[in-house]
Amino acid sequence: MWRFLAQRLLTAVPTLIIIATLAFALLHATPGGPFDSAKRIPPEIERSIEAQYHLDEPLWRQYLRYMGNLARGDLGPSYQYRDTSVNELIRAGLPVDATVGTCALLLALLLGSLFGIVAALRRDTSWDYVPMLFASLGIALPAFVVGPLLILVFAVTLHWLPSGDWRAGSVRYLILPVVALALPYTAYIARMVRGAALEVLASPFIRTARAKGLPLGTVILRHALRPILSPVVSFIGPAFAGVLTGSIIIESVFGLPGIGRYFLTGAINRDYTLVVGITVLYGALIIVCNLLADLCYAWLDPRVRLRS
Amino acid sequence: MSGAAAGRLPEGESPWRRAWLRLRRRPAALAALAVLGAVALLCVLVPLASPFDYATPDWDALYRAPGWPHLLGTDDLGRDLLVRVMWGCRVSLLIGITASLVSVVIGVTWGAAAGYAGGVVDSLMMRFVDILYTVPFIPLVIVLTVLFGRSFLLVFVAIGAVSWLDIARIVRGQTLSLKSREFIAAARALGVPAPTMIVRHLVPNLLGLVLIYATLTIPAVILFEAFLSFLGLGVHAPLASLGTLVSDGASELQSHPYLLVIPSIFLTLIVCCFSYLGDGLRDALDPREQR
Repeated sequence: MWRFLAQRLLTAVPTLIIIATLAFALLHATPGGPFDSAKRIPPEIERSIEAQYHLDEPLWRQYLRYMGNLARGDLGPSYQYRDTSVNELIRAGLPVDATVGTCALLLALLLGSLFGIVAALRRDTSWDYVPMLFASLGIALPAFVVGPLLILVFAVTLHWLPSGDWRAGSVRYLILPVVALALPYTAYIARMVRGAALEVLASPFIRTARAKGLPLGTVILRHALRPILSPVVSFIGPAFAGVLTGSIIIESVFGLPGIGRYFLTGAINRDYTLVVGITVLYGALIIVCNLLADLCYAWLDPRVRLRS
Repeated sequence: MSGAAAGRLPEGESPWRRAWLRLRRRPAALAALAVLGAVALLCVLVPLASPFDYATPDWDALYRAPGWPHLLGTDDLGRDLLVRVMWGCRVSLLIGITASLVSVVIGVTWGAAAGYAGGVVDSLMMRFVDILYTVPFIPLVIVLTVLFGRSFLLVFVAIGAVSWLDIARIVRGQTLSLKSREFIAAARALGVPAPTMIVRHLVPNLLGLVLIYATLTIPAVILFEAFLSFLGLGVHAPLASLGTLVSDGASELQSHPYLLVIPSIFLTLIVCCFSYLGDGLRDALDPREQR
């Protein structure tokens, strides 16, 4: 297993280099720079700003300088937010995304598995049809429809919850964004779990467990749950990537101070270092999450051998 | 055995006909197909038949509630919502289908080439796909659309270019198993060159599988376009896609909820129908499902 871990982490390095190079090249390949504005700046001031951020150097030197700093974990200064480094912006925004994203994934896993298993146990009854209908809707309804609807119902009409904004540590501000973000993944996991559960519950070892008189709850928790959850685990990697990018929408609907907002404004304002930095961060998080998902998968299904 | 029956060979059933028969037994997929057909027909006919067009503002008819003559009401510039929604369906369907075609062409070529070549070429090509899987694509597409302007074509190509990975993997797997079949060996014995082999002998046998995943890619692409439009990176005003309509509606949610609800219904309907159709096709066509 340690060998597997080491190999995977080693292959992650070239992947991150490719991601960073791609983002760097894309941003620099296009016309316009971070300090272009409608206001005319005297050329000597413009030159001195460019010299300060090393934008006057040839592109390859900028690239090498950037990659060198990246290797030391320094993502450079932000061009748009003066006197602030990208690291500081990420440190400020990431806790918000991490909280919302983790809560949403956990909620989706919990509710999705629950609804999926219940639907499979009560196959072809309304316990099956109603959740699965909602699951189809949940997959098809984008977060930017669900978000405003939730705000309309729970904030504007019922006044139960705030319609947006963020207070660190306050659960009330967390509920609506988490629900809106979790909905499509809950729906997807419920459908996946239902399919897996139907297959597992029909298999001989479950019949044996039932035949020797174990109560249904024990059979499901002790015997059926692990094989049912293994396809879900392999979905966690892509789901995590989706939650990360989905949080860009959620942040703009609910006005959360996360990194997605920095990313969008950064892309629009040509804030090179900010955009490349956040893209590399997204890539690294996705790699780590895929790795964790593979480890969980091997733990749930002992037939899986960890190989690179 | 009577002479008449023995004289006629039993008629061979084509796999496509068998698939159609299986698909016909799935009411959800058939209904989805019918609804999609109806939406496609409507979104072609309604803008032609309606006296209103999608772009011209009417300052005397701002925010009309649904009724006559504006069946679904009007928006903040007095434009007929029905016509705008139908244009939105046109644009979204067009983007969905075109981008899916792009991804199918790339994915099938890549996957079939890797699977057919095998060996080092195969592992290099698939390792490349593995690496691309970990690239955060949505941020990259956002960067692309911001940088190169909101060109309609770019949205197609960008989305198509990032969604081919799944198809490439599936096609490669299927190609590997097809490669060991007799008809491929026979073709190789006749000296068929590799490109012809892929195009004439492998791809036709993959079409069922590809059709399933193309059908499932379309709703994903439509949602992705809606996502870009919501961020203000989709099609240009005054042209509308379902995504821009939904996002405009979301900002006027409290005063005029029908502006959000009506486009959302069409978006959900189209996405749901494509996924039901895809599920139905999977049951009808997927060789692994045949029992």
